[in-house]
This record gives sequence, C-alpha cells and structure tokens, in this order.
Amino acid sequence: MSTPVLWRDLRRYTPARVALGRAGNALPTAAHLDFQEAHARARDAVWSGLDAPALEGAVGALGVPVRRVASAAPDRRSYLLRPDLGRRLADGEAARLAEIAAPGSIAVVLADGLCATGVQAHAPPLLAALLPGLRAAGWQLAPVVIATQARVALGDAVGEALQAAAVAVLIGERPGLSATDSLGCYLTWAPRRGRTDAERNCISNIRPEGLPPEAAARKLLWLLDAARRLGQTGVALKDEEPAAPLVAPQPQDRIGGTP
Amino acid sequence: MGFAHTVGGTRHVFPDLRTLLARATPSRSGDVLAGVAAESAAERVAAQRALADLPLRHFLAEAVVPYEADEVTRLILDSHDPAAFAPVAHLTVGGFRDWLLGEADSTALTALAPGLTPEMVAAASKICRLQDLVAIAAKCRVTTRFRNTIGLPGTLSIRLQPNDPVDDPKGVAAQILDGLLLGAGDAVIGVNPATDNVDNLCRLLEMLDGVRARFDIPTQTCVLAHVTTTLLAIERGAPVDLVFQSIGGTQKTNESFAVSLALLKEAREAALALRRGTLGDDLMYFETGQGSALSAEAHHGCDQQTIEARAYAVARAFSPLLVNSVVGFIGPEYLFDGKQITRAGLEDHFCGKLLGLPMGVDVCYTNHAEADQDDMDALLTLLGVAGVTYVMGVAGADDVMLAYQSTSFHDGLYARAALGKRPAPEFAAWLERMGIADRTLEALPAPMTDLLR
Repeated sequence: MSTPVLWRDLRRYTPARVALGRAGNALPTAAHLDFQEAHARARDAVWSGLDAPALEGAVGALGVPVRRVASAAPDRRSYLLRPDLGRRLADGEAARLAEIAAPGSIAVVLADGLCATGVQAHAPPLLAALLPGLRAAGWQLAPVVIATQARVALGDAVGEALQAAAVAVLIGERPGLSATDSLGCYLTWAPRRGRTDAERNCISNIRPEGLPPEAAARKLLWLLDAARRLGQTGVALKDEEPAAPLVAPQPQDRIGGTP
Repeated sequence: MGFAHTVGGTRHVFPDLRTLLARATPSRSGDVLAGVAAESAAERVAAQRALADLPLRHFLAEAVVPYEADEVTRLILDSHDPAAFAPVAHLTVGGFRDWLLGEADSTALTALAPGLTPEMVAAASKICRLQDLVAIAAKCRVTTRFRNTIGLPGTLSIRLQPNDPVDDPKGVAAQILDGLLLGAGDAVIGVNPATDNVDNLCRLLEMLDGVRARFDIPTQTCVLAHVTTTLLAIERGAPVDLVFQSIGGTQKTNESFAVSLALLKEAREAALALRRGTLGDDLMYFETGQGSALSAEAHHGCDQQTIEARAYAVARAFSPLLVNSVVGFIGPEYLFDGKQITRAGLEDHFCGKLLGLPMGVDVCYTNHAEADQDDMDALLTLLGVAGVTYVMGVAGADDVMLAYQSTSFHDGLYARAALGKRPAPEFAAWLERMGIADRTLEALPAPMTDLLR
C-alpha cells in the first residue's frame, strides 16, 4: 500500500469508523445515518433466535452425537434481565445429561448467547477443524450440547453433569455495529457450578473477517494442551504462545465483559 | 440496630445499614436482580427519609461488608482521616447534602476528601437529583500529572481508544492519527488488547511509545492488560507508562478480577521504578462499573452503587492518574435503559470526585440495552457541566473490538465547544504546534504520513 496522504486514506488500514469528515464538530449526514442503520441491525440481531434443528443437523453431519438442552430462562426478555437463569440448566436437564456422562472427556457446548447468528454459522466449521486435533491429542469428545438462552457459565453445569475434564463453550457474542456474527470460545478446566470468569480462558471475535474458525480451533487445542499440563485454566494459564496475533481477551479485563 | 420510617401510615423497617442503603437507591435492574431493591416507591422514599436522618458518624460504626472478611472494608476504615472529617462530623446525611449544595467550596471539598468514606458519599448521592449530582461534582477540583496536567478547571480530556479486533499495529495507528486530528488523546492513548498475550502486549507498548516519542506528544500511553501481564512486560523492559486494572468494591470482586491490594501495590512500585513521568508520578489507571460485584456474586447483600463507590476507595489508595466508570458496558441486567445509565454515570462521577479521584466516565451502551445515541448525548452533556475529568474517544463511537458504543472523537469536539472546555494545556499547545487545533485538514500533516508505511 502506498503511503497515506489524505485523511480518508486512513480507512485503508482499519475496519474502524475513521476519517468520517466533519459537519462542524458533528458527523456529516451520511456517516450519521450509516451509524443509525448499523445500530438498528444490531438491535434486531439481539432478538434473533437460534435455529437449533439446523445446527443439530450440521453438527450431526460431522459424525458426533448431539444433545439439546435449555437454560432456566424461559424467554429472551427473561434471559436479558436475569443472567442467573441463563447460567442454570432447566429442571431435569442435568439428570438427562448425567445419563450420557463421559468422565474425563472434553465437552463442547454450542450456546446462542446474546446473538445466535455467529454460533449458527461458525460453530460447525470450528468443530470440523477441531475434531482431528482432539483425536490426535487423545481426547474423548462428550456428546456435543446445543444450549438455548444460555450464558457462558451454563457450560459449568453441563460439564459437571457430563463429568468432563474440561468444557469449551462456543457462544454468540454480543453483536457490535460492525459484526453481528462473532463467536466466542470459553475454555474451563474441571467445570463445576460456581467457577468464576477468572478461571476461564477466552478466544473471541471468531468469524471469517476476524479470527477464522480454523485458526480458533488451533488456538483452542493449544489452550487445551496447556490446561491439561497446568491442571487449570484462567489467569494462571498465560497465553504465551509465541507469534500469535490472535484474539483472546480475558473476560475479567473489562468490567462486565462476559456474555 | 435497625432503621424505620413511616410513609402513608405504613411503617417501613430496615434491619441494617446495607439494607437501608439498598432500599433508598433509585430504581435499577441490577438491584432488582440482586433482590435488594425497594419493593415499592413508598418503601424507597421511606428509606431515603430514614437515611437522610442518619448521622454521618454512623458510617464509621457499621460496615456494610464485614471488616474481618474484606480487605476493602479494612482499607476504608483504617485509612479514615478523623481530622479531615471534623468539619462535617456533626451532620446527618441530609444535612451533608444541604452543606454540599450550599456553603461547601472547592477548597473545603479537597480538604474533606480523606475524611469521607465511600458509603457516606453513596448515601448522599441516593437523596440527590441529577442536578444536585452535577452541581456538587462541579465544585470538586482534582488534578493529576504524568506527562501532562489533567483535571484543571476549564479542561476536558479525552482518552484516545484505538482498539483493533486483532491488535493490528497499523489498524491501531490509523485510529490514533484519526483521534489526534480530532483533538483526542490528552488523557491517555489507551488500547484494550484483543489478547492478553505478553509478546503482543510488549509489541503494542513499543508501538504506542514509538508514536508518542516520534511526535513528542505530551501524553501517556497504556495497554489495558491484566496487571499480572503488565508486570511481566515491565520485567521484559517494555515501555510501560501507566498500569491499568479493573477493580471492584469488595475483596471477593477483586478476587474475581484476580487482583488484591498487595498485587496493585507491587505493580505500582514496579512502574514507579521506571521513572517515566515527567511532570508527576500518578501512573495508575483504574476502570470500575456498577454491577461487577453482583456479576461475581461478591456483593454481600449491598446495592450496586454503594459497592461501586467502595471501588473508589481502592483506587484512591494508589494515587491514580485516571479512574473511570464504564457505566453502560455491563448490560441491561444491571442498568436497563438510558435513564438508569444516565443516573448511574452521574452518581459514579459524583462519588469519585467527592472521594478525591480524577474521575472520568466511559459514556457508553451495548446493543442489548434500551439506549441509543440520544441517551449518550444527554449524559455526555450533563457530565461536561459536572466537570468530568475525561471521557472516551472512539472512532465513530463504534468500538470494533469490544463491540459497544462509546463517545466518539467528534463527541469530544462537541462537548468542548458546547461547554467552553479545552484540552489539557500541554496537549492544547501541541495541537497548536501541529496546526490541527481548530480544524481537520483533508491532507494529513506531513510528519504523520509515513507512520503507516
């Protein structure tokens, strides 16, 4: 790329809204309405639902067993206002999962989170990329769990019921203005109810334009291997993987940042 | 001991101080979620009347979180300055509000700060209207220094927040240039890293410091990693100006952030030893936000605003350069809509300023909250009148890494123009030297063009 000369040339280097111009101190009309449109789309995405049968079909096509569970949140509004309900399994779900317990396995939970678009689109390719690596590392995969109205910590309850050694929760991230299809991945060693966010590691912004699903799968395998060696996840597991311009914010680094 | 007040023939009883404070709190979703909110408007006003009659001295005798169980409570009570408290020691909470609105002046408030506890100022805020929160905070003067002077009367500083989804140095640099062209960056040029990787942190720190040094910008830089990662970066010799950390108002909340008072002290001392400040050595940068304690189930039955004020006691123990509440980031389960976010932002600024902090606010919202740009404009304007130390500057108000909306570089220009504010004086002089103080040229200033080569 040639050296930038004009203010608007900055746009070549970032997806951020730079060089928008000025109308006085404000945004010019077109830039202002671009923003309003993006916000309208993000608002609608928050209320979009997960097509669980379609996701179940896509995952089943990879040749792994799938189970569906619901959180204790009965609807979207309750989910938004009562995160505690989204972290708990609905009545009876834990007992049903216990029947298919896989002690010492890796459990994978596909959760709708704050926006289902990302998990719908990017969880199957991520899983497809993950499976060979898990087999190579000698991991047993528990039945994949699709969870609706789910928060990250629901994975603790799922992992506990399945007696898994670790749980990876692939969850739809809160939609931003520029991306409404971001997937997050939270890895928790020895999952049990009551784990805190400081006890997890996170890979975020998984989407083709961010961290591609295949790269996220490699990252997850690296974290999983490190977690097995350390016997824990979270702040103690420093991401010191060399030369990794990747994406994994620790959720505790920003107030309230965990979906 | 308990508290009680009768409203409309019904006697409302509050068994302890934390319950009284919680029931007196203006309505917000997080307190309902915690099960500590008043169950009716009448109960709320009864609690507010009982609270108004409570002597300020009582806050030194009854802790809302047990002293034995919580190092933040111990910090608050053990560091209380009785001599500074003396001028208001005879007042009730209601009398204190009247005094703050009336005779209190800037000098008196500065002297009083070490004599106030977070619970006292939280209590006062609960019986204030928005205009009271604005008028009282506007009397406070808090000035801090590292490479420039932040918080002088008539100034409004901006944190330039050039976050990139994959920490691409060119993506960060392009946003820094955009922000500088629009007058932002005097509070700090501060990046939230997309990954807490130590190599990545060092790379970003070198890049930020390179830009600052090359253009001789009188400001400081920061990568907002976890404090333990920043300590590793210091060990590796990275150019660390400020030490960042998210903090909360109880020991258990801080444990959920994997920090303690001892760890914060260690990190501050490590950064002080680098001697990078030129005008002063205020080098801690803290972020807080209502709801983080409940989110970690570490609230001890308290309301979220009281716990938030306690986080400021943690902050003031470390002489910070910058402290801001990230008021709308946490989501609708804690602050449901624009009205609740607006009130919380003004409460946080009020409490921080009375406790002597250089208080800024991240005026922001997420896409699952019932809020929009109009709410942000109102809160930004109110905070500007209240003398907020700094706000955020994000390209086009859209943080493409954290996926939320904050104030834009343009919003900073608006607020300064509408309220007659200027940047920190050293930074204002730099903008003049660069020829970008009053306008944004279509052509980039010549020295900046090769930054992205």
